[in-house]
Amino acid sequence: MQRYLIRRLLFSLFAVWATMTLTFVFMRALPGDPITTMVGSEGDPATIEVIKNRLGLDKPVPIQYFYYLRSIVRLDLGDSIYLRLPVLDQMKEALPRSLSLAAVAFIIGVGIGIPAGVISAVRRYSIWDHVATMVAFTGLAMPSFWLGIVLIIVVGVKLNLLPVFGYHPLYDSDGVHFWPWLSRLILPAIATGTGIAAILARQTRSAMLETLNQDYIRTAYAKGMRERVVIWRHAFRNSLIPVITVMGIVLALLLNGVVIIENVFAFRGLGRLLVDSILGRDYPIVQGVIIFIAILFISANFVVDILYAFINPRIRYSD
Amino acid sequence: MSQQAEATLEVAAQAGLRKKGIGVYWRRFRQDKRAVFGLVIIVMFSIAAAFGGWITPYDAQAQHYELLEPPSIGHPLGTDNLGRDLLSRLMIGARTSMIVAIFGLTFAALVGIPLGLLSGYYGGWVDMVVMRYIDIQWAFPNFIIAVMLVGIFGLGVQNVIMAIFLAYIDDFARVVRGMVLSIKEEDYVIAARGIGVSDLRMMVKHIFPNAMPPVIVLSSVFFAAAILIEAGLTFLGLGVSPLTPTWGSVLNDARPFFARAWWLGTFPGLVIMFVVLAVNFVGDAIRDLNDVREYSGITTSA
Repeated sequence: MQRYLIRRLLFSLFAVWATMTLTFVFMRALPGDPITTMVGSEGDPATIEVIKNRLGLDKPVPIQYFYYLRSIVRLDLGDSIYLRLPVLDQMKEALPRSLSLAAVAFIIGVGIGIPAGVISAVRRYSIWDHVATMVAFTGLAMPSFWLGIVLIIVVGVKLNLLPVFGYHPLYDSDGVHFWPWLSRLILPAIATGTGIAAILARQTRSAMLETLNQDYIRTAYAKGMRERVVIWRHAFRNSLIPVITVMGIVLALLLNGVVIIENVFAFRGLGRLLVDSILGRDYPIVQGVIIFIAILFISANFVVDILYAFINPRIRYSD
Repeated sequence: MSQQAEATLEVAAQAGLRKKGIGVYWRRFRQDKRAVFGLVIIVMFSIAAAFGGWITPYDAQAQHYELLEPPSIGHPLGTDNLGRDLLSRLMIGARTSMIVAIFGLTFAALVGIPLGLLSGYYGGWVDMVVMRYIDIQWAFPNFIIAVMLVGIFGLGVQNVIMAIFLAYIDDFARVVRGMVLSIKEEDYVIAARGIGVSDLRMMVKHIFPNAMPPVIVLSSVFFAAAILIEAGLTFLGLGVSPLTPTWGSVLNDARPFFARAWWLGTFPGLVIMFVVLAVNFVGDAIRDLNDVREYSGITTSA
């Protein structure tokens, strides 16, 4: 177990380093340099020298690379080109929004997907199973941004049930604002969480079907245990391992959701920040957000791996 | 098909070997209603992509129709805010989706499959290097990789193709490598090595053809995902030029008008959904026919 942990940790660190290096290489290989972006193509040579010096661009590339790594370790991601604010501050402002969205979407995905999968498996070929299967297939094929738009039109505009744009902080100096916070998250979280629910439902269904065929389930029924106990205590628990294997996909969907759904709902989180800066060619922000997303995502995957090794002993002993 | 031919095919199928014959495939495929539904949609989609400009009812860029006209006989899917025929625009959009997905994935396969072959066949440091690369890329969702790459390279059709190409190399390499590792231990490979077949010939003639079935099945999953990636990128304004009608851009252009014109928001989304469903259904059917169930993949929405 310890060896496995160390290996995963080393790999994660390596992956973070590789992403940072690739970002560095790509950012330098870009058509058009940052200085032209800042001063225009007709810039005064003296000004250009000053900026070059300030950004360290007059140094050889290996030195630049060293400075680059050093500044990231010091959490200094530079200033954005347009607002001239520290990139880190802009990211700090955006982060709680993205995390709120991801958390609510995750709860919706797990809360709907797993029970739906269990019911589908237990009442196989029933009307519930057919409905759940159809909904899951549709949910997987539906572009999440389109679902978001439909929700805005139907629930937000036509029925006027929920606010559809923006974000309200969960707490500030006036105290906790649970409903204003949650109400603005429900629709984007449904748009993000539907795909997650669909995958979890499919995976839970097939895992449960497999488990329900096992001898110990028959034994449990034969002993006269109540169905509810057999299903939840015996079958469901043992079906969780295959379900946890798709957590990687769930994380991917959450991240996709953050990037794309934030843009549908005018939600100024990290994904929105990334897309806006790509469109505005604000490279320091693009670079900062990419590195941050990489670190966050690699860490999350690391946690999933560890969790998986805890649950399934075969993993930790196989290496 | 003549009775005799059918009987011959039956025998071939019973032999249970690789050469099943297209007729047997087709008869089993036909029994799967979802697969047939999927195939019909894919054929329609391909026709629209191939002949787009010639068979659209109207010029997709022409603006001389009624603005925001609801669906009618003249304009089955209505018109947009500039008075352009929505059906024609979606038909033209099929071409872009198709081009991006096919080119992007073909390039990815051309690089990824050899990588997987080399890595699985030689093992050792080659495998070590390729696997580290695959592991890193595998750690990121393909949509995010595509967003990052477009962020770095800039917008435009070539860059979207490039993004899908780079994002899917690891997916191809990973499947092929896994297949090679198991095929390497088969008797016929050991026998071939015994009679002195060269490494190159071994990979190309003996291993590669046998590693293909799961790759073909997964390609359908990748294809559906690539379409969603293109639509998602274009929807964010990060895809192909805003002037080219694509499914994502049609949806994006229409955003301010959704509440007033339901058809503008509904149809492009339905088109994307049906095509993705269709590709998944056909992929499932091919998977069942080849019995490579363990390689089932999941297409995730962007």
